[in-house]
Amino acid sequence: MPKTLYDKLWEEHHIITLDSSESLLYIDRQYLHEVTSPQAFEGLSKKGLTPWRLNANIATPDHNVPTERGKSFQTDNILDEISKIQVVELDKNCNKFGIKQFDITSANQGIVHVIGPELGYTLPGMTIVCGDSHTSTHGAFGCLAMGIGTSEVEHVLATQTLKVSKLKNMNVRFNGNPQSGVTSKDIVLYLIGKIGTAGGNGHAIEFSGSYIESISMEARMTICNMSIEAGAKVGLIAPDATTIEYVKNHSQLSEEEFESACHHWSKLTSDTDAVFNKEIEIDVSLIKPQVTWGTSPEMVIDFDQDIPDLNNVEVENKRNVELAKQYMGIEENQKLTDLKFDKVFIGSCTNSRIEDLREAAKAVDGKNVSDDIIEAIVVPGSGLVKQQAESEGLDIIFQKAGFVWRDPGCSMCLGMNPDQLKPYERCASTSNRNFEGRQGTLGRTHLMSPLMAALTAVNGRVVDPS
Amino acid sequence: MKIEGNELIISGVVASIDRDNIDTDQIIPTEYLKSIKKYGFEDYLFDGWRYLDDGRLGVLKGDRKQNTDFILNKVPFDKATILLTRDNFGCGSSREHAVWALRDFGIKAVIASSFGDIFYNNCFKNGVLPIRLSKDQIDNLFKAFNKGFTELTVSLDSKKISQNETELYSFEVEDNLLERIIYGLDDVDMTLKFKEKIMSFEQIRKKEKPWIFSNE
Repeated sequence: MPKTLYDKLWEEHHIITLDSSESLLYIDRQYLHEVTSPQAFEGLSKKGLTPWRLNANIATPDHNVPTERGKSFQTDNILDEISKIQVVELDKNCNKFGIKQFDITSANQGIVHVIGPELGYTLPGMTIVCGDSHTSTHGAFGCLAMGIGTSEVEHVLATQTLKVSKLKNMNVRFNGNPQSGVTSKDIVLYLIGKIGTAGGNGHAIEFSGSYIESISMEARMTICNMSIEAGAKVGLIAPDATTIEYVKNHSQLSEEEFESACHHWSKLTSDTDAVFNKEIEIDVSLIKPQVTWGTSPEMVIDFDQDIPDLNNVEVENKRNVELAKQYMGIEENQKLTDLKFDKVFIGSCTNSRIEDLREAAKAVDGKNVSDDIIEAIVVPGSGLVKQQAESEGLDIIFQKAGFVWRDPGCSMCLGMNPDQLKPYERCASTSNRNFEGRQGTLGRTHLMSPLMAALTAVNGRVVDPS
Repeated sequence: MKIEGNELIISGVVASIDRDNIDTDQIIPTEYLKSIKKYGFEDYLFDGWRYLDDGRLGVLKGDRKQNTDFILNKVPFDKATILLTRDNFGCGSSREHAVWALRDFGIKAVIASSFGDIFYNNCFKNGVLPIRLSKDQIDNLFKAFNKGFTELTVSLDSKKISQNETELYSFEVEDNLLERIIYGLDDVDMTLKFKEKIMSFEQIRKKEKPWIFSNE
């Protein structure tokens, strides 16, 4: 029987069928961060257990860390006492059990989904889990990667396995060439707008098509990262020459290991006649730059399109639209391009990689952040991204334009550190969630690409990138 | 959860929140994820809607300015054990804290037309039963609710929902998941029974795909 890539990954890691709905899958890699791991370590200790396979785990603090650290910053320098406890706890647990951690002082520290691939810990065909829903990012390498809860983090630490129900298969084919000014962020936002945030529930989404084949690993990671916003905890792209090239440059594998691995990776594709439960075809050449207007990622439109009018929305959606417009402070007949912005955030596990920073820097080179903008920050995804950007002079371009250049972390994507919106502030953000209060109590988030966010910084408003 | 006659049931006051896509950031905002504990989240459930002031981990309900319009601040819903809502409840982040907050508040079942996948999984690890009904059935429950009913009974044995002993709907949930709620089973203990199987699987994998283990 022909199989999808997801089917093949499932079978390769399948240990036993437990009952009618669940199987035990072997987990190759677990990433850990400070927020969803302390209770898991506590549970492990209470049971008198130690990690099943120590080196399957890689840890780094990212959610809580301040992004104004400078040199010689230590965990002890974190001002928020409660945040500090969590970061200290990760240090303690990693030391206690002997887990490899890139701690706050490490040049390799960064957002867990940025450092995994760039340090070569994410390899094609792996099962990867993390107590974070954006673990789907690693699906860009043809990995079965998904976010899990803390009980499951403990379960993986203790048993190197996960109890999972098999998902259905969905295929999203992106074909065609995008218009200028349209990036992978626009493409994935457009998909979410089409199928909704529940559209992928219960499914693993495989992304394919000529557009996917043509884009970089960074762009692929942006798309798989946001498959969770389309409802799918698993997003996948079959490994190809682009993947192999990236892995060659980032992994620590010996030549011999790499050769035999490549042979296996080349088989990680859906069979041509594989059957998907759902199939969607999208011509990317028709997509314009996307910007969210509401409080769910599915509330997204072309940057110059009309925001849904309460008189024209279908009855069952009316209340959602009404609540969202109210929260976002959007009046009837207002367009996205009419809104005045207060802050700009370029960063997050969705858009903080070198390619994202290059795109944004190019757009602001020689220009100035608008006087209307209170603060525009750029938060590189990792120490290595920061280093690379600085070697290319991007930090100088940003700072000359009036951006603040920060240290790596999750930052204003979720505001667990000091980077937050004040009530009613409107933010152009390259992150992944525009939920109420996500970036700070009563803050208003508009999701968009790094290019659109950079242009919003310069103009104080959303503008046409072309 | 209690036994009534021979039946295992969840019963009590139903609080309803009439909107789709209630994400885990609404169920519990990030500020409270700074806790390193697994309990004590009851005062932070739906924090952004429940209070008028900004909260902080460790600041409890009594010291906050409550939004008296919000359902969980109204009698009898402040003692709700069942939550009724719409589509895609618990979408967003993987934070198990969302389920911990519902559990700590006293919510034992959530009725919705669909759930976020990760949230749905997390429920069964913490004794909260997620119940899926069709959109029409949810609509009917909301209509009845708006007419003033406040209590429901969920039978875990027969997988049925009833109101004042009138059976309304049956629902589906996998038996093994339901058993986890009924018996409070621990997954780690259960899985470690297969220790030998996992070890031999791992040995074969090491031999066939050594690159996976290359950083060891």
